[in-house]
Amino acid sequence: MAVERLVVTDRTAFLRRPDYRAVRVLALLGAVVLWEGITRTGWVSSLFLPSPTGVLAEGLDMIGSGQLAVHLVKSLERLGWGFGIGVATGVSVGIAVGFFSLADAVVQPIIAATFPIPKIALLPLLILWLGIGEASKVAVVALGVFFPMAISTYTGVRQADPLLIRAAVSFGAGRWSVIRKVVLPSALPMVFAGLKLGAGTALLLLVAAEQIAADAGIGFLILQSGNLMETTRLMVGIVVLSLLGLLSHWALGGLERVVIRWRHT
Amino acid sequence: MRVVVARVSKTFHDRKGRDVVALSQVDFAVESSEFVALLGPSGCGKSTLLNIIAGLLPATSGQVCFEGEPRPGRPIAATVFQEFALFPWRTVRANVEFGLEELGVSGIERVERTRRYLDMAGLAGFEGKYPHQLSGGMRQRVGIARALAVEPAVLLLDEPFSALDAQTRTLMMDELLHIWESTRQSILYVTHNIQEAVFMADRVVVLSRRPGEVLDQVPIKLPRPRRESQHADPVFVQAADRIWGLIKSQAQAALLDGEVEPGAAG
Repeated sequence: MAVERLVVTDRTAFLRRPDYRAVRVLALLGAVVLWEGITRTGWVSSLFLPSPTGVLAEGLDMIGSGQLAVHLVKSLERLGWGFGIGVATGVSVGIAVGFFSLADAVVQPIIAATFPIPKIALLPLLILWLGIGEASKVAVVALGVFFPMAISTYTGVRQADPLLIRAAVSFGAGRWSVIRKVVLPSALPMVFAGLKLGAGTALLLLVAAEQIAADAGIGFLILQSGNLMETTRLMVGIVVLSLLGLLSHWALGGLERVVIRWRHT
Repeated sequence: MRVVVARVSKTFHDRKGRDVVALSQVDFAVESSEFVALLGPSGCGKSTLLNIIAGLLPATSGQVCFEGEPRPGRPIAATVFQEFALFPWRTVRANVEFGLEELGVSGIERVERTRRYLDMAGLAGFEGKYPHQLSGGMRQRVGIARALAVEPAVLLLDEPFSALDAQTRTLMMDELLHIWESTRQSILYVTHNIQEAVFMADRVVVLSRRPGEVLDQVPIKLPRPRRESQHADPVFVQAADRIWGLIKSQAQAALLDGEVEPGAAG
């Protein structure tokens, strides 16, 4: 009688996701090279699509002359204040609403009603209230950061393990001790999720506000360059924004790994 | 210190608004330096009772009191939780320090007491680890050290080893007994395991199924220190049989009922 021999094969092979590290770098590089190539052939006018090397040269030129610094510093100032105020108020409100049911009852409906408003729509009103100066631009960024921060922090606080809260109370912790030593650390991962969301929103609102009412800043630089058909300068502004976004994401990720050490070690 | 549980009853309201009597007129005491096991079938409200004693849940009627010399700066009760309940963002050392922080113990005393109880629980060398880096048995050692460090009048243990594998559980029981021999700390040990209760306790308080009532209190007259070989001792076997006789029918009913003890999880 014939004997059959069936060897077991790994049937999950197609589910595996290899990590194509080299491809990641090559893809980005390839895109830039393709872009450069297209501009070199002259098929597309440099007025519509300046070459990467041209953008780089213009960028270095603007750094050298100090023009870029003027716009960047202005933008970073607004971003810093707006982000800082938005985070501080958002986290405080998120903790209060998440922990105290009275604060929940008071604030929750107000947040629910105001959250869907696109914050940039409030800029004219903020200019009316705070003037055309820095305050209105900082305020619109702060508002944009406040909502994701408050909502993420609230979610984080609500997710705090009731068993840990009970354990803390059983060892004599009072309300403030529970908030500081249990609720806040429990909410930290969600706070960081909020920070990452908020950073993106902040950048978006900053640029929008600077394009509506400003005489300096990256958003203004982009708008003005566009009006003057200085496409290369415009592209420099866009590259700077992209770098700002990347940098903030990377910095927040690093901060998260340090602050939430206990998750990563 | 003596813990007196006097006619404690607890009624929950279920989702349909019906009253569920979890505990009915529970009466017993834990004497100073005594090791008492509180045993009952699942759904008898033993965790509920422990939470009431710990002050984490109000009783519907009756009261729990602690009698004895006042001990300033030392809490009445400390709990070791079934699911460990360690703070994941705190190292082993910081977890053990938690109760001392809340008591206001600081400086050298906090450092020394923390070290003493870390050593006692066999955690030397693990001080800097985070809970998720430890095995279940090591985590519960942290839970025990954290509770011992505040030097409570009574140590409450809520099925402390039921989340551990059988071998680890046996070792941890030995260690807890060893610690108890040296501290003579009053202990109330909640379990559903008869062998565990008889092996460790001076007295076993047997609770009935819902509504939880004290069925009987069985003294265990086995000499100390307890040894594993005593599992075959006639005194051990008789006590275990007597307790099983008390709760067998109740455990069978619980098995068929399939309902979960209200409030036990929360």
